[in-house]
Amino acid sequence: MGEFKVHRVRFFNYIPSGIRCVAYNNQSNRLAVSRTDGTVEIYNLSANYFQEKFFPGHESRATEALCWAKGQRLFSAGLNGEIIEYDLQALNIKYAMDAFGGPIWSMAVSPHGSQLLVGCEDGSVKLFQITPDKIQFERNFDRQKSRILSLGWHPSGTHVAAGSIDYISVFDVKSGSAVHKMLVDRQYMGVSKRKCIIWGVAFLSDGTVISVDSAGKVQFWDSATGTLVKNHLIANADVQSIAVSDQEDSFVVGTAEGTVFHFQLVSVTSNSSEKQWVRTKPFQHHTHDVRAVAHSPTALISGGTDTHLVIRPLMEKVEVKNYDAALRKITFPHRRLISCSKKRQLLLFQFTHHLELWRLGSTVATGKNGDTLPLSRDADHLLHLKTKGPENIICSCISPCGSWIAYSTTSRFFLYRLNYEHDNISLQRVSKMPAFLRSALQILFSEDSTKLFVASNQGSLHVIRLLEGSFKHLHTFQPQSGTVESMCLLAVSPDGNWLASSGTSAGVHVYNIKHLKLHCTVPSYNFPVTALAIAPNTNNLVIAHSDQQVFEYSIPDKQYTEWSRTIQKQGFHYLWLQRDTPITHISFHPKRPMHILLHDAYMFCIIDKSLPLPNDKTLLYNPLPPTKESDVIRRRTAHAFKISKIYKPLLFMDLLDERTLVAVERPLDDIIAQLPPPIKKKKFGT
Amino acid sequence: YIFCVSGDFVKVHSTATEECVHILQGHRNLVTGIQLNPKNHLQLYSCSFDGTIKLWDYIDGILIKTFTVGHKLHALFTLAFAEDSVFVIINKEKPDVFQLVSVKLPKSSSQEIEAKELSFVLDYINQSPKCIAFGNEGEYVAAVRDFYLSVYFFKKKTTSRFTLSSSKNKKHAKNNFTCVACHPKEDCIATGHKDGKIRLWRNFDDDKKYTYTCLHWHHDMVMDLAFSVTGTSLLSGGRESVLVEWRDATEKNKEFLPRLGATIEHISVSPAGDLFCTSHSDNKIIIIHRNLEASAVIQGLVKDSNIFTGLMIDPRTKALVLNGKPGHLQFYSLQHDKQLYNLDIIQQEYINDYGLIQIELTKAAFGCYGNWLATVEQRQEKETELELQMKLWMYNKKTQGFVLNTKINMPHEDHITALCFCNAEKFENPTLVTASKDGHFKVWILTDDSDIYKKAVGWTCDFVGSYHKYQATNCCFSEDGSLLAVSFEEIVTIWDSETWELKCTFCQRAGNIRHLCFGRLTCSKYLLGATENGILCCWNLLSCALEWSAKLTIRVMEPDPCSENIAAVSQSSAGSDLFVFKPSEPRPLYIQKNISREEVQWGVFVPRDVPESFTSEAYQWLNRSQFYFLTKSQSLLTFSTKSPEEKLTPTSQQLLAEESLPTTPFYFILGKHRQQQDKKINEALESELVQLPLTENIPAISELLHTPAHVLPSASFLCSKFVNSLLLSKETKSGEEILEDVDMEEEKESGDDSDEEHDFTENTQDANDTDLGEDIIHQLSKSEEKELRKFRKVDYSWITVL
Repeated sequence: MGEFKVHRVRFFNYIPSGIRCVAYNNQSNRLAVSRTDGTVEIYNLSANYFQEKFFPGHESRATEALCWAKGQRLFSAGLNGEIIEYDLQALNIKYAMDAFGGPIWSMAVSPHGSQLLVGCEDGSVKLFQITPDKIQFERNFDRQKSRILSLGWHPSGTHVAAGSIDYISVFDVKSGSAVHKMLVDRQYMGVSKRKCIIWGVAFLSDGTVISVDSAGKVQFWDSATGTLVKNHLIANADVQSIAVSDQEDSFVVGTAEGTVFHFQLVSVTSNSSEKQWVRTKPFQHHTHDVRAVAHSPTALISGGTDTHLVIRPLMEKVEVKNYDAALRKITFPHRRLISCSKKRQLLLFQFTHHLELWRLGSTVATGKNGDTLPLSRDADHLLHLKTKGPENIICSCISPCGSWIAYSTTSRFFLYRLNYEHDNISLQRVSKMPAFLRSALQILFSEDSTKLFVASNQGSLHVIRLLEGSFKHLHTFQPQSGTVESMCLLAVSPDGNWLASSGTSAGVHVYNIKHLKLHCTVPSYNFPVTALAIAPNTNNLVIAHSDQQVFEYSIPDKQYTEWSRTIQKQGFHYLWLQRDTPITHISFHPKRPMHILLHDAYMFCIIDKSLPLPNDKTLLYNPLPPTKESDVIRRRTAHAFKISKIYKPLLFMDLLDERTLVAVERPLDDIIAQLPPPIKKKKFGT
Repeated sequence: YIFCVSGDFVKVHSTATEECVHILQGHRNLVTGIQLNPKNHLQLYSCSFDGTIKLWDYIDGILIKTFTVGHKLHALFTLAFAEDSVFVIINKEKPDVFQLVSVKLPKSSSQEIEAKELSFVLDYINQSPKCIAFGNEGEYVAAVRDFYLSVYFFKKKTTSRFTLSSSKNKKHAKNNFTCVACHPKEDCIATGHKDGKIRLWRNFDDDKKYTYTCLHWHHDMVMDLAFSVTGTSLLSGGRESVLVEWRDATEKNKEFLPRLGATIEHISVSPAGDLFCTSHSDNKIIIIHRNLEASAVIQGLVKDSNIFTGLMIDPRTKALVLNGKPGHLQFYSLQHDKQLYNLDIIQQEYINDYGLIQIELTKAAFGCYGNWLATVEQRQEKETELELQMKLWMYNKKTQGFVLNTKINMPHEDHITALCFCNAEKFENPTLVTASKDGHFKVWILTDDSDIYKKAVGWTCDFVGSYHKYQATNCCFSEDGSLLAVSFEEIVTIWDSETWELKCTFCQRAGNIRHLCFGRLTCSKYLLGATENGILCCWNLLSCALEWSAKLTIRVMEPDPCSENIAAVSQSSAGSDLFVFKPSEPRPLYIQKNISREEVQWGVFVPRDVPESFTSEAYQWLNRSQFYFLTKSQSLLTFSTKSPEEKLTPTSQQLLAEESLPTTPFYFILGKHRQQQDKKINEALESELVQLPLTENIPAISELLHTPAHVLPSASFLCSKFVNSLLLSKETKSGEEILEDVDMEEEKESGDDSDEEHDFTENTQDANDTDLGEDIIHQLSKSEEKELRKFRKVDYSWITVL
């Protein structure tokens, strides 16, 4: 294992947006998360919580509600008054429909999945019929005085509870009329607050309505009589979200103090059938408002302003005490936001609405292992490129030579040419993009920067030859017959002959660029691909999956390599398989063909294929081998995985040249420091 | 009624009047648990270390039945559904292994019944009754120990065990369970933890689906928990001295009753639900209404960790005055075993936390027949940061209390070592002298402090004296107030109090002067000084010469205000000895060897209301006043010529160091009470249960108390010893009349417990004393020849006395 000079980059000033809604889909075990910038992300909980899809946001589209219908259909509604359905295959928006009720605050799908209910600013509750390819307005319920902030269906679909300001209405779905109006106490710890906002309601099958409100209360109402049954005061601030489990034996609420409370239905005594709701465990995993919670059969899921998505498994529901029983905290997107020009030592950072280009600093000093070297030239912020229009950037890329930058939003594709004149940089937009190049899910430049590969959201792959100041469309690989699945990962071989692409679920396709035809398809695997790369010289394709498996596939031989077979036979170390975050980047050492460099958010690893594989008994996370130890022992204990956990959270790591690494970190403290201050809580002893 | 365990007794107090109604006595060892008979609410079960369970009729105070179990019983529980059996905690072989067993109580009409039928219920439990709770009408029993919660279901006959991992939280989480309580109606167990958390466990009949929720307000260990009768609220208490009521078991809905004065040790709820009661570490029981208003306080002598002020007698009330609650002086009536009142000296909120350096009330003195009280408080965080304050309080006749008159910041540069008033009648002007380590003594006098707004008096410094920069260690006024003696390390200086002129000095070069006092009445020409090196010197003020000296390591020297006598307590490796003597004669009036095995810290003479007339030479010194002394473990002991029972035999010549009325609270402080409290919380019938200090004046307990506390700090040991001695002394009492015999018997008895006890017989005692005398002679032979003769005299006289 060689020693590297590492650029430790901490100037990537990226702040993930806060989480606004989460929706859990029991059938597919997927979780939809919408963020305050309008982005919607789909996590596959079965695939190790991998973020497999995402829909870029839009400035004008603040999502306020998100829900799944009929299994696989995802709807969102927002303050622009539109209901949006997403196309989960093509990763774009199927249609947007205006509800004509002003901003939409809440949305709920009927238990049978055939009807969609939205609550609007003007106090109207609108019922939509979900047709196979559209939604259709059916009727309005009785109009209320103020905005409808929350909606909850009775599991039988006959009644609906709607939370407004200061009161909860119960509607009869058939007639659309309000059956009950339950007034909520404005009192807040003895002080009368201005208004009591019902942030969430849940309707249980026994007719109980649970409401959470801005006064910090969780209240149980009897919907048959419209009376308050029980009141739990749990927070000094707003309780903002509620989610009930399918069995209706537990629910979870999230508060503005960052605490998530779990309520359980427990029997009063062991031999009586009488049951009561009891607040059980509080979880304090957030520092800021918990805007959204979800309750999967085995876990409590919460997300909030502090941008973390927290998945807290319920110990009693987990059968085996394996790694699934551990708490997960997802902060960073599982895709690359950074690209790097090795030749010019440039880093391109992708933000929601702009790109930043930085030149790495350099040093002339040398030092021992572990030394921090002084910079002789500081890192330079070369370029700040703002997008046009309200749409968020989907993907971006800088060419290895550093003279091209490409990025794409949902509707437009941009390509820029960079000219370097000493320290001055001039930027020139390449105009007249062809019509087919409207939006891209992934962009990649070939190693020699002469070709541009664009994965579009129709499932097609475009190959474009770049000329000085212009380009030429070479070919388009059409998706396999019938599938419209989008490709989201691309890898090109350093010699430029091979292009590998992977979609959200199906296998990896390898194309021959020279002949512009499909070369082969890697056998498909159950778990989505998280990273792809083609090794130089050998043209081995290395594929990392979300279950932490790593495969090596020889493109010329069209089969898995011997090493890959060995490691599959022996299996990975259990600690390797238990890692939290997917591998997001793979690279290779130009001089050491046996090395594979890969990283996730918490570690950086060099796999040395020449060394024996570790078994479960060996230490996986070995500290850097002490130099004092004799070489014999070191060699005996050495195994193929050299892991370094110095840099975290690690967003990007790549090899600039043989002796230099660049690592981009984003310390969590920096993110928290830039968030709005959390609700102040008195802490004992301070 | 409220019940409390106090030593071997169970006391029944009225909740309304706080008065002790009955004392149930009959156990021969520490009572460890009491419970109401679930079948008859006018009966009470009690269990004791002596291995018996007794059934009482507490209304009349009659013992109904005694069940002999045989094991040492650590706690007792009764259940309504288990008609004929009770649950007790016993320990098996190993000292730390405790088991909960059920005992079948056979039905029989006889008074003494053997109950040998034990059936095992739970093991690995804690001996404290706080760590066991029965829930839901006896469906299950929950026990906690360390990190385990064990629940045993009687119907299913299964045990579930829940563990809190101690290492889960690396931040030194103190997850240990400290107490447990069960909801009376629901399947809910509340457990208290060392880190101040309260966990509410539910669903614990399922090993996997159990769940708990946390309530966290206490910042320190939760001492006790109790559910209200209906289960709607949970009470908790701890070191914060705040009773917390959690309504509906929700974190946000809690009520507090703060400033209860001391750590809450136990909480109990009356069966009727209208009263709560808390017992505190400072020997206090508070009865609290359902609406969290304290309705009655049953207060014994307040225990404080440090008695700096020593024992004093308030000249007005004849109450014993000493440190009480932190920052307070307590006035304690010895006659009634009752606290009269607390005087807040420091007048700051007391924050109860470890590691905080508090303001300490270090000195106090009464002057002018109780008209004035001087107090000194200090706080020292670092070597150089001394905060010192002297306060002078005037007695206000209207309010019948002390009112702050003058506050002096930093009266001296360093610690004040002594404080005394001039109590002579001829001085119209009250005078106070303070001696300090800074090498000065200051005289403070009362002056007119009137201004245009009001007439007032205040204290100002009148004179500052020093002697060669030596530290002033003691000061003392002569009886007539004409002379002031101030000791500066090894030197005693005599000052004229009229002119503040230095009259003469005495120097013995025998170490720093530790105690200094003038003789009284006929002996007023003598000045006594005790030094650190173990020399007691008596100077004649007329001749300015040393009258006599003796080799004695004096710990306490107290003059009797009503006579010439001076009592001195000396400390030796074998224990503390008391000498009573007149300064005029080097021959002691009275010697009591071995009054206490531990160090005596303070002593005081308390004038008797009615002088007694003891004809015997040995007791004449007790005619006008009683001598009380306080040992290191804070037991307050006194000398009595006879105990109440023995008044029946008036000729009795016994001299017993008796634990008298006031002493009991202290004795409970000794550690017994604490232990008893641990032993069991009691239940009460119509009202409640509680534990109270024993205020019984039982002579039998007497001498034994010398030994217990320091020998074995462990409470259980202590108790057993105590009980043993009690038992035996009673038995022997009838026959034994002579002092030496009683001593011998008692010593033998206590010898059973402790090898350290010496067997004294008449002869050996004599021999011992002879040895002692020789010893003294031997030592003295090293000193100057002149004195030697005197010493011989002294020695001889001692021997004759013996």
